Amino acid sequence: MDKSSRQSTTELAELSELDKQLINLLQRGLPVAERPFLAIAEQLNSSEDEVLERLNHLMTSRVLTRFGPMFDAVCLGGAFTLAALAVPENRFEEVAAQVNSFDEVAHNYRRTHDFNMWFVVGAESEAEVNQVISSIEKTTALPVLNTPKLEEFYVQLYLPA
Amino acid sequence: MSNYTCQPNKVLSPLERQYVLLTQSGLPIVAQPYQVIAEQLEISVADVLAMTLDLKERGIIRRIAAVPNHYKLGYRFNGMTVWDVEDSSVSEYGKAIGQLPFVSHCYLRPRHLPRWNYNLFAMVHGKTEHEVQQYRTQIKDLLINVLQVRNDDPDHGGTFQTNDMLTSTEILKKTGLRLKR
Repeated sequence: MDKSSRQSTTELAELSELDKQLINLLQRGLPVAERPFLAIAEQLNSSEDEVLERLNHLMTSRVLTRFGPMFDAVCLGGAFTLAALAVPENRFEEVAAQVNSFDEVAHNYRRTHDFNMWFVVGAESEAEVNQVISSIEKTTALPVLNTPKLEEFYVQLYLPA
Repeated sequence: MSNYTCQPNKVLSPLERQYVLLTQSGLPIVAQPYQVIAEQLEISVADVLAMTLDLKERGIIRRIAAVPNHYKLGYRFNGMTVWDVEDSSVSEYGKAIGQLPFVSHCYLRPRHLPRWNYNLFAMVHGKTEHEVQQYRTQIKDLLINVLQVRNDDPDHGGTFQTNDMLTSTEILKKTGLRLKR
C-alpha cells in the first residue's frame, strides 16, 4: 500500500443515522436466515432494499472492510503466532521488505518500542509457522520474539459508529 | 461467544471446506445471500443454513458480521497494552479486562526473559490519544495488585517496567489470513 492510497482510506466517513445504526448492529452479528437483511431492516424501521443499498455503499466506500462469516482461524486447522523484531532504524525498510515477502505474514505493523516491528504469521500447521519464523531469523539475521497465544480471554472488535 | 474448543485438522468435511473457501472473502450483499452459496455448492438453501448454524455451534464461525475500517469511523488511535501479571492471577484478570468495552483482543502470551517480560496483551482503540491513555490507566487500576515488580537485571541493561503501551505508527502489510485453495 503506498502512502497516497493509505491516505484516501483513512478519511473520516460521513454517515447518516441509519448508516451508524447499521454499522453498530452488523458488527454485533446477523441472524442465520434465508433473508437476514429483512430481520435487520425490521429492527431499524427500514426496508430490506434500503439496508442492502446502504450496506453495499458502506462496503464500496470502504467504511466496512469485510462482511460475512468470521472464522476461527485455528479451528480451521491453521496455526498462528504474533512475533516481533527489534530492527535497527537504518535497516527498517529493508527488513520490512524481507518480512513482508513471506506469504505467511498476514499483518505487519511498525510500533513504538525497541521491538518496533510486529507481525502475524499464519500457516496450515504449527511446524510451518515455526519454519517461517526460522527463515525470517536467517533472512534478517535478527532474533524473532515469538509470542504465540496461550489463552484467549476475548476477541471481538466493536467500534460504535 | 462459544466455549467450544475445536480439534484442529479434524473439523471440516470437504463440503464444509468448500463453504469456507466460498465465504472467507465475504458473503454476497443480496437479499438471499445463502441462496448464492447454495447454488455454488449445489445443495439446498436449507442445507446451507443448517451447515452455517452447525459451524457456529462448533465455534468454527465466531459470528456473521461486518468489520469496520477503524480510521473511517474516527478511531485513529490504538494501543497494544502489555502487562507483566503474576501467573496465578492472569486468567482471572485477563477475563475481567476482556470484558472492558474498549478492549478488542485480550490474550495470554509467553514471556521471553530478559528481552520481554510481558504476558498479558490487551488491544485498545480510541478516537483521541487522550482517550487511549485513559483506557490504559483504567486497565492499570484493575491490575494494580497483581503486576510483577522485578529486580533490575544488569544483563538486560535496564529496568523491567510492569507495563507498556505500543502504538502502531505504520501499516507495513495487511493482507489478512486465508485458507489456501
